[in-house]
Amino acid sequence: MTLNGALKTTLSVLALSAVGVAAQAQTPLSLWYHGAGNPVERDVLIGLIEDFNTSQSDWVIELAEFPQASYNESVVAAGLAGNLPDIVDVDGPIMPNWAWAGYLQPLDLPDGTTDGFLPGTLGYWNGELYTVGLWDAAVAVLARRSVLDEHGIRIPTLDEPWDLEEFDAALTTLQASGDFDYPFDVGMAWTGEWYPYAFGPFLQSFGGDILDASVPTAEGVLNGDAGLDFGDWWQSLFDRDMVPGVSQDAADRETGFVDGNYAMQWNGNWAVLSALETFGDDLLILPAPDFGNGPTIGAASWQFGVSSTTEHADGANQFIEFMLQDEYLAAFSDALGLIPATASAAAISEYYSEGGPLEVFYGLSEAQARLRAVTPGYLVAALEFEKAMSDIASGADVADTLDAATDAINDDLERNNGYQ
Amino acid sequence: MAAGPRGKQTLTGWAMASPAFLLMLLFLITPFFLAFGLSLTNQRLISPNPAEYVGARNFENLLGLSFFVLEPERDEAGEVIRDDDGAPEYPRLRTFTRNNPDYPHLDGMREWMSIGWTDDSRLVLLASDVVFMKALTNTILFVIVVAPMQAGIALLLALLINQKLRGITVFRVIYFMPVVVSIVVVAFLWRFIYDGQNGLLNSMLGFLSFGVFQPVDWLGNPNTALASIMAMSIWQGVGFHMIIWLAGLQTIPVSLYEAADIEGANRWQKFRYITWPGLRNTAVLVLVIITMQCFALFPQVDVMTRGGPLDSTQTMVFQAVQRGYERQDIAGGSAISVLLFVFVLAISLTQRWLTRDKD
Repeated sequence: MTLNGALKTTLSVLALSAVGVAAQAQTPLSLWYHGAGNPVERDVLIGLIEDFNTSQSDWVIELAEFPQASYNESVVAAGLAGNLPDIVDVDGPIMPNWAWAGYLQPLDLPDGTTDGFLPGTLGYWNGELYTVGLWDAAVAVLARRSVLDEHGIRIPTLDEPWDLEEFDAALTTLQASGDFDYPFDVGMAWTGEWYPYAFGPFLQSFGGDILDASVPTAEGVLNGDAGLDFGDWWQSLFDRDMVPGVSQDAADRETGFVDGNYAMQWNGNWAVLSALETFGDDLLILPAPDFGNGPTIGAASWQFGVSSTTEHADGANQFIEFMLQDEYLAAFSDALGLIPATASAAAISEYYSEGGPLEVFYGLSEAQARLRAVTPGYLVAALEFEKAMSDIASGADVADTLDAATDAINDDLERNNGYQ
Repeated sequence: MAAGPRGKQTLTGWAMASPAFLLMLLFLITPFFLAFGLSLTNQRLISPNPAEYVGARNFENLLGLSFFVLEPERDEAGEVIRDDDGAPEYPRLRTFTRNNPDYPHLDGMREWMSIGWTDDSRLVLLASDVVFMKALTNTILFVIVVAPMQAGIALLLALLINQKLRGITVFRVIYFMPVVVSIVVVAFLWRFIYDGQNGLLNSMLGFLSFGVFQPVDWLGNPNTALASIMAMSIWQGVGFHMIIWLAGLQTIPVSLYEAADIEGANRWQKFRYITWPGLRNTAVLVLVIITMQCFALFPQVDVMTRGGPLDSTQTMVFQAVQRGYERQDIAGGSAISVLLFVFVLAISLTQRWLTRDKD
């Protein structure tokens, strides 16, 4: 995949610079993107870039694509070497770290450009808008109506989600049926940002959080009573064989629900299309359970910003403004199943229009989405949280593990003067 | 005339060597000293704040150890409180190690291991960085197991293929093949072999034992994960060292073996008194190379387990990369690199001394 990605990057740079040579008056602007290896995503982006390049005569965008797994490291390395591109693509929760480090500059868009955008698509830090996304993502419980009906499990709604007991009872019932390898799948195979993105909201719903960005500290937040309750419940999922453990195979994660090995799955809207094809009307997209402190899911996906070192901030801002047209929001949504950032784009999209099969995600995103801690310290905190989730799942002592993660997060905050 | 052709030759020599010297200075020696320097600061990978000199704090954080005697809980009469199985109950360690003003020296430390002490109390070994301690012990364990096994198996293979038989080259190629494939690719493939549910290894063991064998989650179980990585690493590296042994074997004059044949020596005697002494320098080389490679254990862990489960496959280099790059703590990563350098140097010098020419 890496090799493939590198090849594609080279080819796309070549192809687009050829365009640049043809129109000599245009100043090149470099754009780095995290989605190498996905041909559908690439086609949409290339189409958008070509539209922009031909729509005006000042700028020409040169795209370089990276595999997602090594994207952040590539940008950090480029920043250290002073070779940042003009326009960067950045994962929402990482944005404050890069803004703090001086890699990004605030956006300079005409007033009203981002009116009506979902809150998760707007990257604010220190009161300034640094990044904006064309889409948001949402996570939901995927299930099948026929399976829930067969086992007499109530189908939850946004107004009345499952609570802890009801959810646990549902898992127990499904496990007892013996029809499935596991009643639920949380996706332990997806190491990395998936852990804090997908499991952090469980902790928030219990009443804790990874850290309190306002102090900032993790003491009493991650390892407080709510954190310990969450940790015990999390460990019990694995102890009782309710969900596949840390050594889950990535292929099982992709196909386990569709193949019927998992009764339900905690998954993102980007992965729903294959389940929709298989199950059609039988597929249920259910809201996150409420573990006591309200149901929550993570907000913010990949967004675009302008690097601090660019000599052409005006061109970069112009391109980002161009991207934010409903037409392109809908195009990305249609290609990848992502949630369009505006209601008007949702209305013209295939999946999120009135009565569309994924429309429910728009409601989930509006009702349940909560931003991950907005602080440059999130980067290290998220890694510590990932390790804690993985260790607890493997049987480590809950309190000791959360204490260790808390200490590591607070050490990092202290070493950086609280990222002030 | 005095500074004549000789001096000119020296100058030419230096001039010709200078590109190599310059590159070594730039890419080997400078980073080496940089790591030393950075390990004494709080340098971040990216940060708007300037780095500050912090002395040996990074090393203290890594290496801090402490003992603590944990007394069991007692009721008002002073009797030890026991659970249903009769085992004494202990207070949580975190009540001593977290924000307890009576034990400031234990603050932030965690239990690394503990043993039974006198009268139901337990002696607990606390470390300020348990993950690093596990990385250190895992790395040393890896060296102790892999170095002799890999060297031994490689020698055995070299002896086997050092024969003049038809088609022996085929075997040489087969044994050497894993070395040619990138370790990252090998690690990916072995992940499928070790898969806990339908991996090749589980299927094979199940088939051979007529279904008696229960599948083991090789990489997901803290008891088997490191051993699994060891087995794979030995398999992957053995071909390379076999070639070095083979080169050593082929420097031993055939006439010695012919003389031994005339004297009526058996196979073992020939190995013991001709082959082994003849391989002396090769053995030193192979051991030093394997030891250094083992200390640098990283790609297998990065691809297969990322240090888990429960830190059972943490290694020093993996931790250095994790901290320096992913957690943006270059100073902490440098400190681990410096410690690693000290260990490798100490062990290599000891090996060199143990295997020195005693004559």
